[in-house]
Amino acid sequence: MSAQKDRWVSSLVFLLFCACSILRSGSASLQQEPSPQHYFSGLEAGKTSLAFFTPTVSPGAQPFLEQIESSAEALQDYGISVVKVNCPKEDVSRYCGKENALRKAFLFRGIRLIREFPTDALFDVNSIVANVLFALLFNEVKYVETLADFENIENMLKGKSNMVFAYVPATGTAEHRAVMEAAFVYGTIHQFVLTTEAALLKATSHDDPDVSSAWLLFCHCQRATEPAQPCRRTALAQPLTLLNIHRHLKLMGAPLVTEVAEDPEKISTVHLQLGLPLVFILSQTETHEADRRTAEFVAWQLLGKAGVALLSRDLVDLNVLHRSNVALKTPDEGMPIQYLVLEDTDEVITLVEDKNKVKQIQEDEQEEEEDEDEQENNNQDIQDDQVVEAVSRDKKRELPLEQIRVLTEENFHPSLQEAAQTVVLFYASWEAMSLAVLRSYSEVASLLKGTPGVVLSRVNCWDWPGLCSQENVTQFPTLRIYKEGQQSVTYGGMWAPEELSSFILLSQVSCPLKLATMEEAEGYLRGEFPSELSSQQHPSLLGVFSTATSEAREAFEEAGNILSGHVRMGMYFEDDSLALSQKYSVSPPALLLARSRGRSVESIPLSKHSVQDMLQMIRYELLDIFPEITVPNLPQYLQLGKPFLILFSAGDISQGESKEMLKVAKGRAQQAFVACWLNLKKTPVGHGILRTYFSTTPSLPVLLWVNLHAGGQVFRFPSEQPITEMNILSWLEKLQAGLEIPSSTLSEEDWKPPLPAYDFLQMMEPPVPELSPQPGHTPAQHPPKGPGGDTARGDTATREEPSQESTAEEVGSPGRGLRGTAPRLAARDKQQGKRHSEL
Amino acid sequence: ALCAVSGATFLYHDYCIIGAGPAGLQAAYFLQRAGRHYIVFERSHAPGSFFALYPRHRKLISINKQYTGKSNSEFNLRHDWNSLLSHDPRLLFRRYSRDFFPDADTMVRYLEDFASLLKLRVQYNTAIIHVTLEKNEQAWNGHYFVLTDQDRKNYKCSSLLVAAGMWVPNVVNFPGSEYVEGYETVSTNPEDFTGQTVLILGRGNSAFETAENILGVTNFIHMVSRSRVRLSWATHYVGDLRAINNGLLDTYQLKSLDGLLEGDLEDLAIVKDKKGKLHITLRFYLENRNISAGIDSITLPQDELDNFATRAPYDRVIRCLGWKFDFSIYNRSLRMMPGKGNIKKYPQIKASYESRGTRGLFVLGTASHSVDFRKSAGGFIHGFRYTTRAVHRLLENRHHGVPWPSTAYPVTQLTNAIIKRVNEASGLYQMFSVLADIILLRENATAFEYLEEFPIGVLAELEMHTGRKARNGLFVIIMEYGRNFSGADKDVFYYNRAVGEAQHAWQSNFLHPVIYYYRSLPTEREMRLRPPEWPLPRPDAIHHIVEDFLTDWTAPNAHILPLRRFLENCLSTDLRHFFAESCFLFAFTRQKLPPSCQQGYVGMQGLLGSRELREHAARAGLLQDYTHTHSAGDRAPDSHHGSQEQLMTDPGVPVHPLQHLVNAKDE
Repeated sequence: MSAQKDRWVSSLVFLLFCACSILRSGSASLQQEPSPQHYFSGLEAGKTSLAFFTPTVSPGAQPFLEQIESSAEALQDYGISVVKVNCPKEDVSRYCGKENALRKAFLFRGIRLIREFPTDALFDVNSIVANVLFALLFNEVKYVETLADFENIENMLKGKSNMVFAYVPATGTAEHRAVMEAAFVYGTIHQFVLTTEAALLKATSHDDPDVSSAWLLFCHCQRATEPAQPCRRTALAQPLTLLNIHRHLKLMGAPLVTEVAEDPEKISTVHLQLGLPLVFILSQTETHEADRRTAEFVAWQLLGKAGVALLSRDLVDLNVLHRSNVALKTPDEGMPIQYLVLEDTDEVITLVEDKNKVKQIQEDEQEEEEDEDEQENNNQDIQDDQVVEAVSRDKKRELPLEQIRVLTEENFHPSLQEAAQTVVLFYASWEAMSLAVLRSYSEVASLLKGTPGVVLSRVNCWDWPGLCSQENVTQFPTLRIYKEGQQSVTYGGMWAPEELSSFILLSQVSCPLKLATMEEAEGYLRGEFPSELSSQQHPSLLGVFSTATSEAREAFEEAGNILSGHVRMGMYFEDDSLALSQKYSVSPPALLLARSRGRSVESIPLSKHSVQDMLQMIRYELLDIFPEITVPNLPQYLQLGKPFLILFSAGDISQGESKEMLKVAKGRAQQAFVACWLNLKKTPVGHGILRTYFSTTPSLPVLLWVNLHAGGQVFRFPSEQPITEMNILSWLEKLQAGLEIPSSTLSEEDWKPPLPAYDFLQMMEPPVPELSPQPGHTPAQHPPKGPGGDTARGDTATREEPSQESTAEEVGSPGRGLRGTAPRLAARDKQQGKRHSEL
Repeated sequence: ALCAVSGATFLYHDYCIIGAGPAGLQAAYFLQRAGRHYIVFERSHAPGSFFALYPRHRKLISINKQYTGKSNSEFNLRHDWNSLLSHDPRLLFRRYSRDFFPDADTMVRYLEDFASLLKLRVQYNTAIIHVTLEKNEQAWNGHYFVLTDQDRKNYKCSSLLVAAGMWVPNVVNFPGSEYVEGYETVSTNPEDFTGQTVLILGRGNSAFETAENILGVTNFIHMVSRSRVRLSWATHYVGDLRAINNGLLDTYQLKSLDGLLEGDLEDLAIVKDKKGKLHITLRFYLENRNISAGIDSITLPQDELDNFATRAPYDRVIRCLGWKFDFSIYNRSLRMMPGKGNIKKYPQIKASYESRGTRGLFVLGTASHSVDFRKSAGGFIHGFRYTTRAVHRLLENRHHGVPWPSTAYPVTQLTNAIIKRVNEASGLYQMFSVLADIILLRENATAFEYLEEFPIGVLAELEMHTGRKARNGLFVIIMEYGRNFSGADKDVFYYNRAVGEAQHAWQSNFLHPVIYYYRSLPTEREMRLRPPEWPLPRPDAIHHIVEDFLTDWTAPNAHILPLRRFLENCLSTDLRHFFAESCFLFAFTRQKLPPSCQQGYVGMQGLLGSRELREHAARAGLLQDYTHTHSAGDRAPDSHHGSQEQLMTDPGVPVHPLQHLVNAKDE
């Protein structure tokens, strides 16, 4: 809750009814009168009092008396005194004499009796206050029963004043009391109308209302100058409490649209004070009238939810994007004003409503958390690691692991001998990542079921630590492919079934694969050779070398070893390699790249011959020019360390957009950024990204420039412009020139511990100022600490009752909600049992 | 190797080990594996000569557990108290004996095999009778050790490892002590005790073992010693009286004539009467009297105090007072001094097991127990096999420039590395509160080095002893019993002794892992001034992993989660795992990534996770599911809200069945 709101709440409470809602003992303000005569003689004109007459002994009315005593203070706030008049035994006057008069309370103004209440109408403080005020405010609060009555009043008020219409399911309720208390304050400003008729409620609200809960409408009749014009109505969305009604009336009383001509950062309105956001409609002189109408329209929609102000751009020097048309100021202190470019008024409304909802939920959560804070130390013991939690929720499901061989210290080496290629997953059965990967691995097993030459196996390092350390497995999980007579290859890709199985399949063929004939080489580029991989969709990379260029070839081979399983690499260095490369108009050493079947073969001359350069080049060449960004492939593009020009699309992008974007990507700026697109259908987490940038999902497609690595600014391509190469390039130019203002900036926040840890150090011992020398001469300074602090060494008298009795309690006392072990639970049972037997 | 120095011929070795018992062979094994130049001297013709004689009744009281239900060889060493450390699975003691408490002959056979199978260089029949120093600037320690054997043959070494054990019997001298038989020679045949009344001096395992053997045939047995009986299950110290030998406690407390007494043996005197019966009296009565005047002239306590406890005459008095270190062979210049107080039977050594008097002399095995006497297991095979390894690692660093072995990991593996070790490491478990695993943080805490089983007594000199740098803070992982839980007079079975909740883990009583965090290495002064009862100086933060009935600390919520929070708060980072999808979102919306995304996902090792797992995470409110919430921005927090509740009501721990189980047990 904001500080402003706090202030407001406290001032309200202070001003209105300092103590009315706090139930103190009412007896302090309850007057006692010895006799009716005495009471009536003391009544002042214009003073209101509630009196009840009681014989000196009246056991029957006791509960009623308690309630009326406790309401005395509340009523005192409204200038009503509560008087208990003792009836002397012999008194037979009007109020004391009759038996039934003693079961009533009487409201007097001066000496005039206004109303008498049967005690069963005054069952609690709420009903007493509600009924008394209701009687008192007879003129201010009209009670209506029919729609006709209601409309009559409404018509009468048009052009004059506003109306507050309340429905309460019954009189004497807390809601009734709230309405009456509000009427006491606002009764002279607005006309209050009350009903208990469910039919009337139904007639005045749009959808099917809940007749069991109270309901309050503010009818703006003062604005309705024409008799035919209906009064606009604004319902109170919160429960009917005095605070909420007060807030609502205050909001209704505020000007609909505030005209602002100063720095919006400095503006404060009643809305902000009440914890509601303020929407600025940015206006220009030329469009002022239209903007004003828009503002009023929005204001009506947002009445009670947010304030609306019209900010004239011409009068205020704003350092914001020229296109921005709306600004949002939230009541949270320190939150900067958000400047937005919105398409229509609906967007403004959703923006505010979503904010409110999120805030509401956050507040609820905060309250919840605070509640829990009191009960427990935070949520420290609640799992907040998504992987660990997911795995432990899934632990009961049995995994289909039959296809995967279990290897042990004994059979590990023999097993590797048996197959040409063995895939081994090293994992730890207690570790969450391992278990998550094991799930994917079991899917791999079913994907690759029946593939010849592939043996899947696993080693649980919790069972066989010696084997795992011997195989130099330091991280869980680790996946390796062991090939007969060769060094094993460790998997370094995404933990997903598709990626894993592709790695396993690609690893079947040596990398790079040495091609012997021209036919093989051509078949390789077409993806037909070798047949094991013909079902795979990988790009084919062929290194062509003349026999002389061994340096490049060695580097290529080395790179192949490193990329084994991840890239499909072939190598041709027969005598006719020159012929092959010339076919693709390049001379050896060169790379030929067939990205996908049926597409043309690209040729890249090889100039650098170091392994690192080769690796980097191959990785770079394999990247797409205008890729669709997905969760698995993002890291490849992140590694380029460039800003992203990314098009978010609801589904597949249109051919036109694709063509234009491709042109941009291929253009001269290619080296400077990654042009890509994201399919929200395929990568729904993209919604999360857009929501972070814009609060709501903007209209799609949306083209963004994201400075991922430097500064973190996000720029939005003007939505009114069509996505064409020309427009994009000129926008990028402006962007580079600093003429555009970012619509969002990536958070720079560090990743801090999500929750505090248990402070055992504090619990164990408050800090010792200067540590005392160790060997034994510190008797007084250190009283027994921790459990079992048994000071009475040798003192047999005090040890008669074993000291562990007290120890047990010490240990037990903090342990609310025992979760623990058998001995503890047993102890608890025992203790209870003991107590019972003593009873 | 022969070398001639100052005329005399010496056989030179880099390392000399005295004694081919368990510790000597263990040290030899590590030196052999490291390819060091060493020799072991053994006075007997075979290894383990102590075990050839002792225990007299031949039953070892070290546990030889055949089954643990686990195949983890490291874990299983936690319950194998007899094997030495080696890479050879044939040399596991359980392959030698199926007895839970094996026979001592089996140990002798095991040690013989250990020496021969591993081809350890042991020179038998060589009793070192004198050790002295020879100053030399070039020597590793400024001097050589010169050893002389029974044939006056000299050996020269740069480093001396004393693994000679404790074999000199403790003897008390009082008037009449000549009538006392020693444990070393007393008959082990129960028939020799038929119908006799026996007094045993001492209250250790050898005393009780002796009593156990003759309990059924004697009239009664009395046992005298200065201190009260200390039961190992109350003190958690394996050197105290083990339950396997405590039959006499049973018969004493069940009024079957046997009994225990406390008294100072120094005050005792024994007189023999004409019938050969032995009477207990006090030295005090004998002073100024002529014993030769005969038994009748001597006052017996019962003459003045006619209900004196040990007034009954004894047929035999047996001394079972343990052993001490043989100090006699060391030249004064080595300054091999006995310890003070209750560790006077041991030579004085530092926490690095190096002699206080002589640099380069290390004491291994039982004789090194002064470091953790009455605390941990350093005096026993299952303890000193680890301390011996630690000494070897110190020596490798000191003399051969081989730093303490360590493994480097990225910080994302921090929780895992700790959990793995506390669950399986046997050295930490056996040598609790003495050996510690050390985690040295690298700069910015993005990575760390893991060092195993370092002696915490020399933590301040860690950099010097390990050759590793500790500049960016460190974690120290040890295992501890609850403070004030162990003790001879403690009730270790009191109700509520076990802590079940992670938030009260610091009150755990049973052996449990404790992690100390220091921003900088503690200094020697801090080590010296540490609070009493603390094995280490006050850290910057401390974490206890709650004790576990199964010593299995892998529970995600009770064990791993609080540990992760502790580590996160020490390092001020977020160590959670994330699915690739979350990392993807962070990559686009945050300028910085959590370590697991940075090291995993961005390094192309992201966890995509199966559909089921992601659904579970979404239901737990920890992963947002965007597939169904296209435009409604409000749904997601809603579902988060709901599932949080679900998460909290989801009973992670089955309380009810457990309670049921307990009730059933109680009935």
